[in-house]
Amino acid sequence: MSDTFAAFISIGFHGLAFAMVLYLISVGLSVTMGMMGFVNLAHGVFAMLGGYVLTSLMSRMGVPFWLALIAAFVATALGSLILERLLYRRLYGRDELDQVLLTMGLIFMSVAAATYVWGPLQQPMHPPRWLSGQVDFGFRSFPGYRSFLILCGAGLVIGLWLGLERTRFGMKVRAAVDNLRMAQSVGINTSRLFALTFALGSGLAGLGGALGADLLAINPSYALDNLVYFLIVVAVGGLGSIRGPFIAALLIGIADTGFKYLLPELGAFFIYALTMAILLWRPRGLFGRA
Amino acid sequence: MACRRSVAFLVALAFTLSALIAAPAAAQTVVKIGLISSYTGFVAQAGDQAQKAIDLYIKEHDKDLPPDVKIEILRRDDTANPEVGKRLAQELITREHVQLLTGVILSPVAAAIAPLTAEAKVPLLISIAAGGSAIPRISPYVARVSFTLWQQGYPIGKWAAEQGWKTGYTAVSDFIPGHDSEASFTKGFTDGGGAIVGAVRMPTQSPDFVPFMQRIRDAKPDVVFLWIPSTQATALMKAIRDLQLREAGIHLTSAQDLLPDEQLPAIGDIALGLITAGMYSTAAERPANTAFLTAWQRAYGDAVIPDFLSVNAWDGMAAIYDLVKTTKGKFTADEAMTFLKGWKNPDSPRGPIMIDPDTRDIVQNVYIRRLDKVEGKLANIEIATIPAVKDPWKELNPAK
Amino acid sequence: MATEGLVRPRLKPAPRAPLAPQQAIDAFARRHRYRWWEALPWVAALAAYVLFPSYIPLGAQILATILFALSADLVLGYAGIVTLGHAAFFGTGAYTAGILAAHGWGEPISGLLAGTAAAALIGFVSGCIVLRTTGLTLLMQTLVVATLLYEAANKASWLTGGDDGLQGMEVWPIFGQFRFDMFGRTGYLYCLAVLFLCWLFARHIVHSPFGRSLTGIRENVRRMHAIGAPVRSRRLIIYTIAAALAGTAGALIAQTTGFVGLTFLNLDRSGTVLIMLIIGGVGRLYGAFIGVPLYMIAQNRFSEIEPVYWYFWLGLMMIIVVVFARGGILGLAERLRR
Repeated sequence: MSDTFAAFISIGFHGLAFAMVLYLISVGLSVTMGMMGFVNLAHGVFAMLGGYVLTSLMSRMGVPFWLALIAAFVATALGSLILERLLYRRLYGRDELDQVLLTMGLIFMSVAAATYVWGPLQQPMHPPRWLSGQVDFGFRSFPGYRSFLILCGAGLVIGLWLGLERTRFGMKVRAAVDNLRMAQSVGINTSRLFALTFALGSGLAGLGGALGADLLAINPSYALDNLVYFLIVVAVGGLGSIRGPFIAALLIGIADTGFKYLLPELGAFFIYALTMAILLWRPRGLFGRA
Repeated sequence: MACRRSVAFLVALAFTLSALIAAPAAAQTVVKIGLISSYTGFVAQAGDQAQKAIDLYIKEHDKDLPPDVKIEILRRDDTANPEVGKRLAQELITREHVQLLTGVILSPVAAAIAPLTAEAKVPLLISIAAGGSAIPRISPYVARVSFTLWQQGYPIGKWAAEQGWKTGYTAVSDFIPGHDSEASFTKGFTDGGGAIVGAVRMPTQSPDFVPFMQRIRDAKPDVVFLWIPSTQATALMKAIRDLQLREAGIHLTSAQDLLPDEQLPAIGDIALGLITAGMYSTAAERPANTAFLTAWQRAYGDAVIPDFLSVNAWDGMAAIYDLVKTTKGKFTADEAMTFLKGWKNPDSPRGPIMIDPDTRDIVQNVYIRRLDKVEGKLANIEIATIPAVKDPWKELNPAK
Repeated sequence: MATEGLVRPRLKPAPRAPLAPQQAIDAFARRHRYRWWEALPWVAALAAYVLFPSYIPLGAQILATILFALSADLVLGYAGIVTLGHAAFFGTGAYTAGILAAHGWGEPISGLLAGTAAAALIGFVSGCIVLRTTGLTLLMQTLVVATLLYEAANKASWLTGGDDGLQGMEVWPIFGQFRFDMFGRTGYLYCLAVLFLCWLFARHIVHSPFGRSLTGIRENVRRMHAIGAPVRSRRLIIYTIAAALAGTAGALIAQTTGFVGLTFLNLDRSGTVLIMLIIGGVGRLYGAFIGVPLYMIAQNRFSEIEPVYWYFWLGLMMIIVVVFARGGILGLAERLRR
């Protein structure tokens, strides 16, 4: 009995770590989609960029882990800002199909660009020494890096919540998500707000991609391979919230891992069937506001 | 008057020039070979590894051809779609009139093209794909020079049983190459006296292998056989590291796909001591391999590492060049097949290889390798050799 | 006169009555008449058959893909339903026709009809579930349906051949006479005939009152509800019809290439048909006829030159088309004409 219990703890733990990575990457997408109604399928590209920045800095230039993480965040945020000014802003309010196609085009270009710059092989990611190995929690030990991921994820949720609820910036974001036109008429510069939120959200995705490079391998087709997972988290969680993707990521991460453990033959089906069921029950997602 | 004379002169000049240009062309034999590989899609990495070897072979051995014989390789990308591969083969046959088709990474593409070879009488030399042991049986014009999954799964299964390990578990990717590998290990292990206590099939697009490794940990077998496409090797090894499977006393075995030479730096030390069955390791100490690696490094530098896919493609080119040299570039499909049946290459980087005249599939040495650290670098060291292994599936299932 | 039933007879004393309404009504009523340039695609297809015999297999696949894109246009361009799972119906039709041919029933026309019917069924059932929603949720649901079918096909590899694809398909000659051979001539003419019939059908729908109500639904749903149009059922009907036509296209490809695989159901296939449509122009009925050949021929050329960077140029072109050339090539042509 205690063997099964131990197995469940292990599964739960690993599912939680996986969920944190998904959350980190998808939360930015949820907020920006909720705010501007822009279907950004290319969000995974930012996560991939963060991953490439981290692995390149660490393996080719020996940059320490924490510094490389910051660099991943900043580089992705800046890159996304440029993209937003150049491309995205032309398509606000446009047809959903146009947005889907634009972002799909971006994904394709990113696949080719990544192959050109870094080659087709996946990037090696070795967590720093102080995080490798096992951490002893008393009753059992867990892999160090995954524990670190969980802590980061938890810290981020709290940080985001505080940021959203307690700062002026967060207030403006909430206003814009609730009712864009009203926010504009109240004098909020929504264009600048969106650019900033977009940069922040994409930077978070880059951070998530970098942190999660151990779980979601960094290779040129990253954005395509993981697109469905990110979209599921956002759709199930609901647009425009930071709580929604968290619950959705937990659900997907733990349930996916759990079901693959209990019923490996049906492992792949489960997550899609669950998504369909939740979206049927709550078409706006679990916590959708927009 | 002057105008007409100059025109006549130009016409005469044109005729003479064209005769001069045409003459050597008429005397030269150009052998057109169709190379169908995957340069985009999820096997692009494999396509890249193979292409480098093909380009290198051509560079090194073009001078070996007879003086007025040229080989023209027509490269096509099947985008990992079998129906595209089939159409490309059709076009190469009907439009470009190739004399031979080769390459092919995915076995479904090979299976789709095979019926065409019989209809059109154009041989197919599979030089990369390993799945589908039965594919050479679809048409008498198909031969394979790469390897089959049964060739590596069955020997490692038997070897594992010989180590005294009684209980085995298999964990493979849930698509046909995975199923083939699972079946071959199971047969080898049970033939050697072991018992399989569990089997799990993992989704092909699984980002996280942890739940499946947990099941294995729960079952505590003596040995587990893993098989996933080589692109997922690193992710699987990380899951094994995180769940401490080896610390729990479970032995790990696999085929060469789990530890492809070019991914060893990324996989890292967690895989030390792992036993795999395979046909080629860059650490092999054969003169042919040393020569191959020297040529490779000269062309591509230290950063790019060849693996078994590269060597398979290399040998495919060797077979084609031998065929062209012997027949001086003029051969019918039947003559090509007669040549390929029983073709030997004692100088292959993987050791002696032969195309079996009966089954038209490859016969080669299978090596049991262990991952060790040599001079600070990880390498698959060959610790045992099983010589001249024929495809076990065909041996166990003779053609009716 | 064709317009008799639609127009009130003009009252005699109206010398200063404006001519415009009459002209407008006439033009409106004449919309469904055939124009001379609508024969161009068919003439071109027959010319290609004669002039480029070695490209016939590619041509047959182009024709069948045009049908697939046409079915997507009905759903995307006319009803405004953005779907990332249209390949589900394509694959269903293909597998149905393929499985029949692999298990002894190789008669092509009945196989085609079976594929169409199966796809229509899946379209209807999934439409009932999926069409309740809009926006991202709708997109996700269509994606999920296609993915579930993909996984099911992979699991049922005893039936579908799984990853290897369906082996052993034997398609009988059409009417016992015309064999499907390696040169693809029969296949080409077969695809052409089926495409022609389906195109007639689609054209008829689009110009019918039903079709025009779809445009209304796409542009302003609330208004349509307000005037009492049965929005839900109309969307479901067009979704089912589009699914059926996609199934026909899938069956065509299966029968002419003799192969069905999992790639018939994947996200790449759903996405590619969207791309081909937008290049030609969505919602204009002929976008498929322009976008599909352009895309497939360009890809064919590229795969010979430098296949790895195909994605780069494709992505760039998509971005350019979306940002600058709204409405694709046909949209550009329209703007130039004005």
